[in-house]
Amino acid sequence: MELPVISSSAPVAEGGGCASSGCGTAPDALSHLPDHIRAKVQDHPCYSEEAHHYFARMHVAVAPACNIQCNYCNRKYDCSNESRPGVVSELLTPDQAIKKVLAVAAEIPQMTVLGIAGPGDPLANPDRTFETFRQLSEKAPDIKLCVSTNGLSLPEHVDEIAKHNIDHVTITINCVDPEIGAKIYPWIYWKNKRLRGVEAAKILIEQQQKGLEMLTSRGILVKVNSVMIPGVNDEHLKEVSRVVKAKGAFLHNVMPLIAEAEHGTYYGIMEQRGPTDAELQSLQDECAGDMSMMRHCRQCRADAVGLLGEDRGDEFTMDKIDVMDVDYEAAMVRRKEVHDSIIEKLDAKRGIVKPKAEGIPEGSRPVLMAVAGKNGVVAEHFGHAKEFLIYEASPAGVRFISHRKTELYCGGGDTCGEGDEEPDSLLDRNIKVLEGCEVVLCSKIGYEPWGKLEAAGIAPNGEHAMEPIEDAVMAVYKEIAATGRLLPQADSALKVA
Amino acid sequence: MALQITQSCVNCWACVDVCPNDAIYDDRPHFMIDDMKCTECLGDHAEPQCAAICPIEMAIADELGAFLNPPGSLTGIPIEKLKEFGLWREAA
Repeated sequence: MELPVISSSAPVAEGGGCASSGCGTAPDALSHLPDHIRAKVQDHPCYSEEAHHYFARMHVAVAPACNIQCNYCNRKYDCSNESRPGVVSELLTPDQAIKKVLAVAAEIPQMTVLGIAGPGDPLANPDRTFETFRQLSEKAPDIKLCVSTNGLSLPEHVDEIAKHNIDHVTITINCVDPEIGAKIYPWIYWKNKRLRGVEAAKILIEQQQKGLEMLTSRGILVKVNSVMIPGVNDEHLKEVSRVVKAKGAFLHNVMPLIAEAEHGTYYGIMEQRGPTDAELQSLQDECAGDMSMMRHCRQCRADAVGLLGEDRGDEFTMDKIDVMDVDYEAAMVRRKEVHDSIIEKLDAKRGIVKPKAEGIPEGSRPVLMAVAGKNGVVAEHFGHAKEFLIYEASPAGVRFISHRKTELYCGGGDTCGEGDEEPDSLLDRNIKVLEGCEVVLCSKIGYEPWGKLEAAGIAPNGEHAMEPIEDAVMAVYKEIAATGRLLPQADSALKVA
Repeated sequence: MALQITQSCVNCWACVDVCPNDAIYDDRPHFMIDDMKCTECLGDHAEPQCAAICPIEMAIADELGAFLNPPGSLTGIPIEKLKEFGLWREAA
């Protein structure tokens, strides 16, 4: 696969965000990603170099406990000076965290992402972590949720992660070889025992890999973080990169070791050096492949607030939040306006012109459409689509909702489901996948599925082959609008009268 | 018979979650063990759970003040280095 080369790495800004919108960002940095992933990350400051200039994130420190020790980590719970993972100013209960998130989201409408990243391991604090997610998905449905973990307890929590609609998970994976792991992890807490050495590293690695596979098989986006430790795992990270990509991680973020003696970490005290900029960049280049989107990572604190590279945590301490009066309903309206305008700006920069819903009567209901798409255009044959991209058309425009996986029923050739062996049940199942959609757009479709789709109340449409998806969806929406079927019955009756 | 938490504790909650007796409580300057509830995990686990998960050396001690995780036992940092950085104590 031919992949775009991302321009040179971003300069690390010291505590003040990026000075310009240049920042080493190629406008098409996300263009190689499948549509459903691109749609998910385009407003995520950590995953999109471009988005990080406009969108903000925050971490809430609800997860103090940890179940492993890493030689580069020394957690601090009341420290406002050090800017590194594992450090926070104050721990929060889930209730306090919710208050803080709502206050920040109202005050900083650009904030799109809430992560739980520590200061310990979020999944070693499952009750506190998931209680926070549960309340947030209820009270602030417009905020994306993500979680990071060392992976040890990941497999047992994958179902819970899927339930809370957390679609971004970061796993820190520093090795796939237990011998190397034993030099990075002095111990793990596993099944009521403290285990050490190669035995411990082996279990941790197995759990990480199992968790990674379970997440990607459920369609949850996984980023892998690795800490580059010269002389310990630097060469080995190329192997890690290969393994995690093969298992479906969409990003591999190689970060430099932070090791200062004053932080009190094993590596700091033992004078283990971090990589030079050149060493880091060269390894990142080798590991990047099609995942080189994270050069702007700032290795933030577990209670960071604001744009990457800046920290506005001081403005949102609990004593300040306690006296803030937040009207989140109103804030959500304002937030949507801000997000839409940023996305529009980003699209304009990328040269994408969103189709406008001109001529659609006010009050028209939204319509869900399934698209057999590839690279942003209606490109797939109905029977060849491995997944359908679900779009919603409404008077506000076209937006991506989700992707739904299918089972391939067409074995190839040009029979299109006619004469293939027992295609019926599979075809029926795939049509069920499209539940709720009124139209399915594809480049071509066979006679039999056409009939079955129509019988299921879904209009097949092959008229927009090779057109950009959003244009095609809007065109079909306008066609439906012209028939008057989008307005409530009572309204249209009134208009007739 | 009960264990105790020392001034080295950083209040990370890890022990609270794994104690089979709910013997550990949030307190300041550091968490405390209720010695009426603590059984040192006898009958429940092969090793006291607070000491098995505690990431901080010298934070859990027995009744005599002996550390269950003495200096250097968790991090592997040599004693000389710990002394150099003021991270070494003999007993609670």
